[in-house]
Amino acid sequence: MARSQSSRKALRSLTWLLVLVAGLFGINAAGVLWGGGSWLPKLALDLEGGTQIVLSPQLESGQTVTAEQMTQAVSIIRQRIDAAGVSEAEINTQGNNNIVVSIPGTPDDATLARIEASAKLDFRAVLVAGAPTSTAVGADGTATPVPQGTVDPNLSTVPAVAPSNGSDLNWITPALQAQYEQFDCASENAQAANTAPEDLPLITCDFTNTVKYLLGPVEVSGSDISNATAGMVTTSTGATTGQWAVDLAFNGKGTKAFGDVTTRLNGLTGSQNQFAIVLDGKVLTAPSTNAAITNGNAQITGGFTQASAKTLADQLKYGALPIGFQVQSSDTISATLGSTQLMSGLLAGAIGLLLVVLYSLFQYRMLGLVTVASLVVAAVLTYLVVTILSWREGYRLSLAGVAGLIVAIGITADSFIVYFERIRDELRDGRGLESAVDAGWKRAIRTIIASDTVNFLAAGVLFILAVGNVRGFALTLGLTTVVDLFVVSLFTHPLLQLIAQTNFFASGHKFSGLDPQALGAAYRGRAQFAPAPTVTSGKLAKSSKEALKRQTIAERKAQLSSGEKGED
Amino acid sequence: MASFSQFGNDLYTGARSLNIVGRRKLWYTISAVLILVSIVGPILRGGFNFGIEFTGGSEFVVSNVSDTSQTIASDAVISVDPNTVPKVSRLGDSSVRVQTEQLTDAQTREIRNALATGYSVPVENVTSSFIGASWGQDITSQAIRGLLVFLVLAALVMAIYFRTWKMSLVAIIALLHDLIITAGIYGITGFEVTPGAVIGLLTILGYSLYDTVVVFDKIRENTRGSSREAGLTFSQQVNLAVNQTLVRSINTSVVAALPVASILFIGAFVLGAGTLRDISLALLIGIMVGTYSTIFLATPLYAQIRQNEPEIKKSDKKILASQGRADAAAEPVSA
Repeated sequence: MARSQSSRKALRSLTWLLVLVAGLFGINAAGVLWGGGSWLPKLALDLEGGTQIVLSPQLESGQTVTAEQMTQAVSIIRQRIDAAGVSEAEINTQGNNNIVVSIPGTPDDATLARIEASAKLDFRAVLVAGAPTSTAVGADGTATPVPQGTVDPNLSTVPAVAPSNGSDLNWITPALQAQYEQFDCASENAQAANTAPEDLPLITCDFTNTVKYLLGPVEVSGSDISNATAGMVTTSTGATTGQWAVDLAFNGKGTKAFGDVTTRLNGLTGSQNQFAIVLDGKVLTAPSTNAAITNGNAQITGGFTQASAKTLADQLKYGALPIGFQVQSSDTISATLGSTQLMSGLLAGAIGLLLVVLYSLFQYRMLGLVTVASLVVAAVLTYLVVTILSWREGYRLSLAGVAGLIVAIGITADSFIVYFERIRDELRDGRGLESAVDAGWKRAIRTIIASDTVNFLAAGVLFILAVGNVRGFALTLGLTTVVDLFVVSLFTHPLLQLIAQTNFFASGHKFSGLDPQALGAAYRGRAQFAPAPTVTSGKLAKSSKEALKRQTIAERKAQLSSGEKGED
Repeated sequence: MASFSQFGNDLYTGARSLNIVGRRKLWYTISAVLILVSIVGPILRGGFNFGIEFTGGSEFVVSNVSDTSQTIASDAVISVDPNTVPKVSRLGDSSVRVQTEQLTDAQTREIRNALATGYSVPVENVTSSFIGASWGQDITSQAIRGLLVFLVLAALVMAIYFRTWKMSLVAIIALLHDLIITAGIYGITGFEVTPGAVIGLLTILGYSLYDTVVVFDKIRENTRGSSREAGLTFSQQVNLAVNQTLVRSINTSVVAALPVASILFIGAFVLGAGTLRDISLALLIGIMVGTYSTIFLATPLYAQIRQNEPEIKKSDKKILASQGRADAAAEPVSA
């Protein structure tokens, strides 16, 4: 009965494995069909070519960066890179305070400078606001498109009358007017053009490109904001109105400057009543002024949700933080070098795999084929998981990751070796093949789990604490450790249970790798040695113990002699 | 193979046995000398040869060149900045790598152009990297933190699994031994220490303990209560266990070393300097040292620190006495 039971178990395990592979395959297929996935894992820059820039914050001594600030910095940098028109850029945090920007191709100096600049938040008075396209509203009230082109160089760029304050329309020179009219928020020019000296007007758009602005010079610097929080609007009695608002607090200098601006703006109408909060040259928001605020505590209201209020508060608070980022390393890899590295990595893997296969066949004969099959299954599982990770989590396979996979071949194959050696040990003890497979498995799986745990621990610690390349390496190493456990218990063991019943292996064929004769099962002169499947394992265990006790004295001596020699 | 399998059988039964536990003084001496050399050697040599990831600098790689002559590169660099002494090395058969001290952006662009002209390749074939000095240090300080956290966690896991802190302690000692010697080999030979090498060194953490756990599991099995009946002293049992797993140890090291060696081969001869070569070199050294330390350092050390436990001492004494009697009784038979 034992026979059919173990093969039933084996078949069940293999079915589970099939379900697992089919499941992973299905997830990936679904990803390819509907979710923008791919059958190929995404490659990191060192294999695909591109530029990787590592930015680190420039901190005063003792200054630290919070996770919140980092997230904020990442989104600011993302906005900047998107603004530069670079597609497919990836921006991640690395460790506690580094930001990694990965860009395909080679960035130009302007993009680099833009990335490196620290976030800058300013308040400017709005002079003119209008539709985001390059249209001019004619005298007859109909909008006509303004032809794109260079602004007539003959137009005056110096105000005819010196502007008296930041809202003075005298800022708008004929040249500026022409520029503003031609300005199209959607054009690439516009994406790059949103910088101007602090004491001069700025033409720019908001982040959603729905309004374009002509702004006066900087009136309040973002660094004068002492705090910004999101909260509910409260009435004078302290009851909330259920409306979200952003509360701003200024420092002394900011209080004075902001008081001056709002006093002036409060008396103006239309667009000129608004002040724009400009982050990195783009308008974050342009609230209108209801009152002169001279106490340094302003509240921005109007159409906020809790999330949008919080975002704006964060942008005001952290956009104002004087954290500059510095390029710590910038690494450009050409696409050709990338593909050479990928090919070399794959070649190294293929050679390594071939050598392992040859060695397994040499050492374990037909049993080596089990190793090969198991490695193939492990490879399929790993490939599917890496592809899914790359689709869902944006994981990119790097050269270090490929090295991790290749190194894993050895560690995965070791599980099979541990298992096979245990089976051989059991055979040497005189068990039949089937019971040897089961007993060997019970011992081997303990060892495999223990050693894999240690390995996984190493990979986990490396993954959590390490940076950059080390992470990619740790991930593949940890992944393959888990895959190893699945493969050895859902494939290798069931497969051995099944082939243990075939005549070729059960009879201990010379090339099976499990030949009891070659394994010296008879060496110890055990009468008990017989591949009888009817003997229960308990009985076998007893008899093997018995055999140990009944060793001849000479045998025992031989066994001990060397062990004793060096004892002191 | 027949002889190798025979060798395995003999080791298993004890017919042939390497006296690993008994000769521990020899192994300790070897390890102590290796560690001493690993510490003194790099100091005498003047420290490690750190890559530009640690010292900071600029790196250029010119690919698809027909002539890999290194003087072209030196000339190109010197034409831009006469004070810079470039380190030029060949990568594979059609690439050249040039490392210099930190350059300004403008100089970097000029050198890129000069290199492209010098090797008559399009500018796109010259890639430039800029590495701040703090980058390598960041990685290293992270690595050291990772190492400490890992040691504590691994020691706990092993202590729980093996139900004795002594195995845990010994395994960690063996691990440190591997790390020191691998680092020492880097220091003595002057191999460049790059982030890749640090990754390799960190991987040794996992591998070295992995190997030790497999052998210790067999030792634990052999020295558990019931197997004491076999009439072997504690040290003898440990020695038998390590002999029984010797074939596994050899097979595992070979199987682990083969792919790593193939990475090293491809990395060094096809790609030249780079991540693959650096990772695999550190790993290959680590795997060899790790296998050695498991068998020849961890095992005897474990036997030694356990052997003085009163309970084991008592039973060992009894066993030795009975072995003595058995020997005496066996005398006429074997004569």
